[in-house]
Amino acid sequence: MTTVLHDQDLATVRAGARKRTSWLGSSILILGAVYCLLPIAWVVAASTKNGSDLFTTFTFAPGTGFLENLSDLSSTGDGIYWTWLFNTAIYAGVGGVLSALVSGISGYTLAKYRFAGRNAIFNVLLAGVLVPGITLAVPQYLLLAKVGLTDTYWAVLLPQIISPYGIYLARIYAAAAVPDTVVEAARTDGAGEFRIFARVGLPMMVPGLVTVFLFQFVAIWNNFLLPFIMLSSDDKFPVTVGLFTLLNQGATVPALYSHVIIGSLLSIIPLIALFLTLQRYWRTDLISGAVKG
Amino acid sequence: MSATATTGRKRKGTAPRGVPYLFLAPAIILFTLFLLLPIGYAIYLSFRQIKVSGLGLGKGSRTEIWAGLDNYASALGDPELLGSALRVLAYGLVLLPIMLGLALLFALLLDAPRVRFGRFAKLAIFLPYAVPGVIASMLWGFLYLPAVSPFNDVIGALGLPEPNMLGGGSVFFAIVNIAVWGGVGFNMIVLFTSLRAVPGEIYESASIDGASDLQIALRIKIPLLMPSLIMTTVFSLIATLQVFTEPLTIRSLTNSISSTWTPLMKVYRDAFSQNDIYSAAASSVVIAVVTLVLSFGFLRLVSRQAFGGENR
Repeated sequence: MTTVLHDQDLATVRAGARKRTSWLGSSILILGAVYCLLPIAWVVAASTKNGSDLFTTFTFAPGTGFLENLSDLSSTGDGIYWTWLFNTAIYAGVGGVLSALVSGISGYTLAKYRFAGRNAIFNVLLAGVLVPGITLAVPQYLLLAKVGLTDTYWAVLLPQIISPYGIYLARIYAAAAVPDTVVEAARTDGAGEFRIFARVGLPMMVPGLVTVFLFQFVAIWNNFLLPFIMLSSDDKFPVTVGLFTLLNQGATVPALYSHVIIGSLLSIIPLIALFLTLQRYWRTDLISGAVKG
Repeated sequence: MSATATTGRKRKGTAPRGVPYLFLAPAIILFTLFLLLPIGYAIYLSFRQIKVSGLGLGKGSRTEIWAGLDNYASALGDPELLGSALRVLAYGLVLLPIMLGLALLFALLLDAPRVRFGRFAKLAIFLPYAVPGVIASMLWGFLYLPAVSPFNDVIGALGLPEPNMLGGGSVFFAIVNIAVWGGVGFNMIVLFTSLRAVPGEIYESASIDGASDLQIALRIKIPLLMPSLIMTTVFSLIATLQVFTEPLTIRSLTNSISSTWTPLMKVYRDAFSQNDIYSAAASSVVIAVVTLVLSFGFLRLVSRQAFGGENR
């Protein structure tokens, strides 16, 4: 395992050496931050405007219509928006957990067992990272249609459980975090192999698996193509596809734009909240390859 | 597998032979069902076509037959597919340097000793990662709409002619901007984390030797970041060639984006609007092959230059 120094610790160490602030560097960072926050600030301001203010008042000037917009959104199609948000949470939550578990046991096996075909299996799974989703989308739809699974929750959930990248991360993490000696000790004590994984390996891999979970959660939350292709009934849509259909109707009914705007704002809040709460578990050093197995 | 791999390592209490395969079964089954099988099926379909006999009415008048390379010939000769492919290549050539260049710049600044506001900027720049592509395109799309846009308000107040960012010439850059916005933060974090893994003493000794922060960044940090830069480039390249969500969303707000603006949009249209799954399959196989050739080509090119032919 690597020692992870906190940003502040390093910053203090280095600030001790030289104290002058680089205003050029700081300004560039601030500009970058402003650029990234601009659309978010806009959607916050725009969500408070009623339909006509949206096109007449200055962009960032707040309005007074937030609650009105919210109740309009909730009454659209019997509150279908909340169904979409709920669906997204199911797809991303259940998909993320299952993906982390499958990645976890696969990564653990690839790191902790020696068996014929280990490298071949790992390389084939890993090559999946390079397969462009474009090759998969159309045939996945046709194959699922043959077994009658299109336009069901399964059509969106099942294809996103397998994550080559997640398996890769879990393997690296298991190699670094689960010592061979601990596994062997448990084995000598007579514990079964699955029990060793569930009671010894899995708990040690939790930080890595939280990273895999977050990664896949975001990937599913952000995935538009798959549900867009697979689903046709709007009560199964995730929020991304739902808002997209609203936006398309907005071209003829501009009043729907206010729904799209407040809907967009509400849909990004949970993800930002999740990030802020799970931030400390988000092991970015895994993703950048800084933890070596 | 060699015998040393199975017997050479310490294996006091041995696990039953079948266990690893059993543990890997869920991954292998899902991988087969949702990756291998669809790829195989796409390749199979790309060699098939529908033969219509008579007027094409009634049962049995439409039969699926072997097409040989017909679908590939028409995909490769299709000006729409070629046009969209060239557009997306140009898109990648503009997007990747800007996005990864900014990600590198921000990562180096976050790691620089005398730069302030790092924690705030890191969080703010990473925030767009949590915004789905559809939502990001909607937010920017509204910011581009002349009636809503703050940029147009400012430019109009200065008495200059107001641009239409969703017009034919500029919509390309409008979409590049959405992708830069959405991608810069994640890549910045990956690069920044790699920098953090480098022991600080390396920089300390360089700065004692009189190297400036800029020199340290250019001569030490960027070379150290090469493997991470290559990895982020390859992943960004693969994602870039599949661009779909952003132009499709912006298309709802402007008519300057055609239904075949990117290769994936064309595949989608062929398969689902025109019900021609065979040519859609051939197009997607072609695009997949081009993607793989480009990513492996890039990897070969840079690994020769960056590592002197030595594999990492």
